[in-house]
Amino acid sequence: MSQIIDVEHLNYRYPQQAADQLTLTDISFTVAAGEWVAIVGHNGSGKSTLAKNLNGLLAPVSGKITIDGQVLSEQTVWDIRRKIGMVFQNPDNQFVGATVEDDVAFSLENQGIPRDEMLSRVAEALAQVDMQDFATREPARLSGGQKQRVALAGMIAARPQILILDEATSMLDPEGRAEVLQTIQQMKADSDLTVLSITHDIDEAANANRVLVVNDGHLVEEGTPAEIFQHGPALIKMGLDMPYPERLKAALARLGVQVPATYLTEKGMADWLWQLRSNK
Amino acid sequence: MMSKMIFGRYIPGNSLIHHMDPRAKLLLSFYFIGIIFIANNWPTYVLLFAFTLLAIKLSGVKWSFFINGVKPLIWLILFTVVLQILFSASGGQVYFQWGIITISQFGLVNGVYIFCRFVLIIFMSTLLTLTTPPLELSDAIEYLLMPLKVVHFPVYEVALMLSIALRFVPTLMDETEKIMNAQRARGVDFGEGNIFQQMRAIVPLLIPLFVSSFNRAEDLATAMEARGYQGGEGRSKYRILKWHGRDTWATVTFAVLTVALVYLRA
Repeated sequence: MSQIIDVEHLNYRYPQQAADQLTLTDISFTVAAGEWVAIVGHNGSGKSTLAKNLNGLLAPVSGKITIDGQVLSEQTVWDIRRKIGMVFQNPDNQFVGATVEDDVAFSLENQGIPRDEMLSRVAEALAQVDMQDFATREPARLSGGQKQRVALAGMIAARPQILILDEATSMLDPEGRAEVLQTIQQMKADSDLTVLSITHDIDEAANANRVLVVNDGHLVEEGTPAEIFQHGPALIKMGLDMPYPERLKAALARLGVQVPATYLTEKGMADWLWQLRSNK
Repeated sequence: MMSKMIFGRYIPGNSLIHHMDPRAKLLLSFYFIGIIFIANNWPTYVLLFAFTLLAIKLSGVKWSFFINGVKPLIWLILFTVVLQILFSASGGQVYFQWGIITISQFGLVNGVYIFCRFVLIIFMSTLLTLTTPPLELSDAIEYLLMPLKVVHFPVYEVALMLSIALRFVPTLMDETEKIMNAQRARGVDFGEGNIFQQMRAIVPLLIPLFVSSFNRAEDLATAMEARGYQGGEGRSKYRILKWHGRDTWATVTFAVLTVALVYLRA
């Protein structure tokens, strides 16, 4: 697989910061095309800053970012932004259009795509996120989850190669979160989209092929979700909510129950609990 | 709740008037205000009223909305009418005179005409806002401003600004209500006490609202840039306006009305 994102020795400092204070320090990683990578870390650890560096919303102090073979520079920034779709945290603050279909068409309008093609792409994208019945609705009459699905439809219509989710599910209720995650999985199944999700949500991280842990501007750890989740209580220090099975395991261990050291999914945990008594 | 009061004025419908091009509606409404001043006797006013009532009937919107449109302005209208009756030049039979105050036949008739003009203008503009969604109106304004591009007026940007502003009205209304409730929970009294106390109560509402609006604006600008927004040039348009046969017919109808008015006027 080819590397679609290649970050080398990235350093970033906000303009108002002192010269020796870096928000991101020497970050290097690669993401393969079609991969789903989760970035986890505390609030203020620099993970959103990292995402904004990838499509040139913020310009790094030093380091090299290559997206799909193009080195990010002032000349290539608009090309690269076409390749990257970004969904942000607040559903209201990224809804540009006055109606659902207008919002989905916004990226297409920016690219100067002819109207006939826009009409078909918008209809297609709305059908894909199951929002076609809401095409002429105003954002005020949608739930948070629906708004985020509209944002995703905007991405589908623009056909990026990379989707960056900047805590896209953190302001949603559990139901909306599940809807949005399901839509993303569907999108990923339909095309070989590369997904980079910045999250506190353990379920979202568990969907990933790989998890990167960012702490205080440094990339501190990298591994599969199973490897990372084994850390148990240390996860909270990394900025993730501990998964429910792990919390249960910790509680059982305190009561003197022998628990397996490997990571269990919710289902695996339930199976293990079923067998716990009968094994005695 | 509050958003309904101000911008919920659009009443969805399926009438001929609803389906008209917003450009036609906007221009013809302005045109109508112009030709009202052609009318100067009873037949012309009766014709204008018949025309307006027919348009209202065609729109299928309830009469009460139009009466409610007049209500908030009724004192202003009556004030103007009374001034007209009391101070206009005398003519015809004089009923009452005291100093500079004269009530004459001429003045009375003029007062009634002015009342009719106000009501006609309010009915027609209410018809425009009740049958046209704000977004379509902003599209129409964008189109009509197009000639200003020659003098480098940023028409696209102004249009986008207008549509974003419209889109954020309900969002900010919700936010205002939330902040009001939060401040009420902390003991702020809205709408009580004398005018200075009421004004002071607004401050803890305005400051959080400003802060959050700026945050929203920043987020929105970031999202727009991430989605490739580089200013108005080179953008294509998703929403377009279509001029139909019915819009031509409406224009022709207005032309005929104008001729009839000129013919009937004294």
